Amino acid sequence: MASEKWPEAGKRSLIGKRVTRLDGAVKASGRAKYTYDVNLKGMLHGKMVFSPHAHAKVVSIDTSAAEKMPGVRAVHIMTGLGKEVKCQGHEILAIAAETEEQARDAARAVQIQFEKLAHFVDDAPPEKAAGYATPLAEQTTGNPDGGFKEAEVISEGIYGAPVITHCCLESHGQVAEWEGDNLRVWASTQNVSGISGEISDGLKAGGVTVPASNVQILTPVMGGGFGSKFNADTWGVACAQLAKKAGRPVKMMLERDQEIMAAGARPSIYAKVRVGAKKDGTLTAWSSESWGTGGYAAGGGNPILPYVFTRIPNRRSRHTRVVTNTGPARAWRAPNHPQMCVITMSALEDLAAQLQMDPLDFFLKNLPFVIAERAEAYRQELLKGAEMMEWKKKWHPRGDKTPGPIKRGLGLSIHTWGGGGHPSNCNCTIRPDGSVEVFLGSQDLGTGTRTVIAMVAGETLGLPVTGVKVNIGDSKYPPSGASGGSTTVGGVSASTRRATNNALNELLAKVAPSLGVEPDKLEAKGGTIRVIDDASKSLTWKQACAKLGATPITATGQRVPRGPDELISSGVGGIQMAEVSVDIETGIVKIEKMVAVQDCGLIINVKTAESQVNGALIMGVTYALFEEKVMDGASGQCLNPDMEFYKLAGIGDVGNFAVHFMTGTGYDERGVIGLGEPPVISPGAAISNAVANAIGVRVPTIPITPDKVLAALEMKGGAA
Amino acid sequence: MSKRKPDEQKGLSRRSFLKTTGAAVSAGVVGGAAAEMLSAQAPPKKIVGPGEVAITLRINGTSRNLSVEPRVTLLDALRDRLDLTGAKKVCDRSTCGACTVLVDGKAVYACSILAIEAQGREILTIEGIAREGELHPISAAFVEHDAQQCGFCTPGFVMACKAFLDKTPNPTEAQAQKALGGNLCRCGTYIGVRAAVLDAAARMKGGR
Repeated sequence: MASEKWPEAGKRSLIGKRVTRLDGAVKASGRAKYTYDVNLKGMLHGKMVFSPHAHAKVVSIDTSAAEKMPGVRAVHIMTGLGKEVKCQGHEILAIAAETEEQARDAARAVQIQFEKLAHFVDDAPPEKAAGYATPLAEQTTGNPDGGFKEAEVISEGIYGAPVITHCCLESHGQVAEWEGDNLRVWASTQNVSGISGEISDGLKAGGVTVPASNVQILTPVMGGGFGSKFNADTWGVACAQLAKKAGRPVKMMLERDQEIMAAGARPSIYAKVRVGAKKDGTLTAWSSESWGTGGYAAGGGNPILPYVFTRIPNRRSRHTRVVTNTGPARAWRAPNHPQMCVITMSALEDLAAQLQMDPLDFFLKNLPFVIAERAEAYRQELLKGAEMMEWKKKWHPRGDKTPGPIKRGLGLSIHTWGGGGHPSNCNCTIRPDGSVEVFLGSQDLGTGTRTVIAMVAGETLGLPVTGVKVNIGDSKYPPSGASGGSTTVGGVSASTRRATNNALNELLAKVAPSLGVEPDKLEAKGGTIRVIDDASKSLTWKQACAKLGATPITATGQRVPRGPDELISSGVGGIQMAEVSVDIETGIVKIEKMVAVQDCGLIINVKTAESQVNGALIMGVTYALFEEKVMDGASGQCLNPDMEFYKLAGIGDVGNFAVHFMTGTGYDERGVIGLGEPPVISPGAAISNAVANAIGVRVPTIPITPDKVLAALEMKGGAA
Repeated sequence: MSKRKPDEQKGLSRRSFLKTTGAAVSAGVVGGAAAEMLSAQAPPKKIVGPGEVAITLRINGTSRNLSVEPRVTLLDALRDRLDLTGAKKVCDRSTCGACTVLVDGKAVYACSILAIEAQGREILTIEGIAREGELHPISAAFVEHDAQQCGFCTPGFVMACKAFLDKTPNPTEAQAQKALGGNLCRCGTYIGVRAAVLDAAARMKGGR
């Protein structure tokens, strides 16, 4: 029997190599059909009408004028009379017309009367959010008061990160098409196997009964999710309702302002922190009073502080949830971690500056306070990063004293993430002509999932990646979990390895007699089935498959939910360092260089793994310097629901990157671990620390915009 | 109590004003030092609409007849009327570059030019750059350097890159970064894009 264990280093044909993504050509030539690109015969265009008010009651809805407008074919009311809306962007109704322009006209012609209610959209500290603030229980370990007494140096500060949004380039949306009692939905989703039930339930609530098994979800490619696309959402259900009412297919994608207002928010987290250490830098105590908002539903955003240094002996923390009339929080790549990281690493770096210690030495000294089994990896990563950044050569004490307005600085940060593998099922079929297919109800968000599946299958069967056809993005395939939390690669690599290995063992049993050995003496290698250690006795893959006669082999493999799995594990660490230059006359921060050192177990595709880290660094630079969903307290409205004023970094904003993976002994044997989240956690903290090192003063919150840099400088007299 | 009037929902923006008048004056051009505003050169045109008008567009070397309301953008005409979906709709406000096409050889945001004002011009979309069955060398360079993740911004980048390299066959990295500054990516593929542009320049020396 061929073993399902991952092959050892040196015996791997594909795993650990640099393989070009398989859907690269179809995307780079514009031929890939995203949900937004699906055009069906007779298809209508849908538009959502959302509440313009942050808090209001629906008094009347008059759609009569809209319904008489040219091209209008269906209206579906989602929030009826007397119902309360709790944020700008709360769904009211959906409307479908022949053209997108007509649908937009009709949406504007709907007359809705609201009774405005008092609103609150400020993620202010609890004392300024009376009535909207809910303190959670205080967490205490050890003796915080004693720890602060023991401390010889104490640093205090306020740090934090505002609400930001996902801003997926393909906005949220669906195309729904009914065929009799069956519903087909193209969805821009991270959850192909999971949303049929949500649509079925949602339709049922609106009087349309269709079992989940009749709802097919299709997502061959999708244009970004980052945690915001786990659900069909109210507009997904409304799209199917409109299609049912009109008897025609309907495409409904959110407009950009709607996307920013309604379809994704990372909770804000701020904290007042005190942290103490002895003169030699040994941490003795931590206390934090944190707060933040996850919108009207108060979702997410409950931080665990301190971050990474979770074993500081004496610590106290308390979080207060601020409920605001803003869009509900959604998971945003590495939920809570970037915010917890920027708070913790900023506070620690401020303490190191007060101690006049190099933060590299300070972090190394305090590694006993991280999770024990990760300490050695962090030590190696910090030293590797320091080498890549030339840290010891470039670092200077806080405040660049060189003349001129451009100040340079270095900052660092460390992070952690879980990973593991979501439940996943894979079916592998080997046909007598040698063709191979695998089927998984998974999805490729752009991370390279499709390519990784082909590599695992090819590795197992001794075939090139082109020798296996990968079928994903269809809920009719064996179910796989949602792509979130860096669990996809663990899930699909384990299920694919098992399915293909099970299929291979059936094949070996069929061909063993013709090679005159027992099946366990055979291996699949280099496009052949051959006797182990005797390559002279072999069959080509095609010859071997021809022995199947008329019947294909089909075999399944699973990553079962939870529990240990020898193919995968969880729990990774990484460190990042930033080098910035800051113009103290304009306040503009420029990224010179970012260094990322990351461990993530056994890497399947080094090429797309590097892209994950580079992409995470760019996303990190973006939230560190540019991103904030700005709410207006008086009107309760979002002031920047577009891509001009909700800023993303451009190609010239990101600096140069150096990426290193910890691999080989001590790492590879941990099995496969996901990489989507971890490298996006540290950039905000590393950049904030680098700016403080450059200009000699902390800019307390991200994004580090020019006005905040100048304000911080002014507080200390204008000089670095 | 507040009664919501249609105009309050979104306000009357400059863009919606332009779109409702049917006047052909708005144009978005991808940034970069060499870019010129098409609008500055366009003479005033007659008022048409508001109903659908028959127009002919020259797209990828072929004349295409279609009927659109004057307010329909070139992007929506391409995507919704002609099923040319390579150009993506992302910001719809000439910020992100995902809808970049070439108009008379210049990179233009298709969301910010009306279909009616694109008449008489040579429009090149990503569907038109590759020879049958082959990848265009720019697309090939994007694939090789993994200059894409979700891929939704990629066709816009490829087209902006084409306009740039057609004019600047021997680019420096600094020139390339400036030329592609009008295109945004959310997954963070810029490192691959930088490498792809320079490699594409080398690949295109072969005469394409």
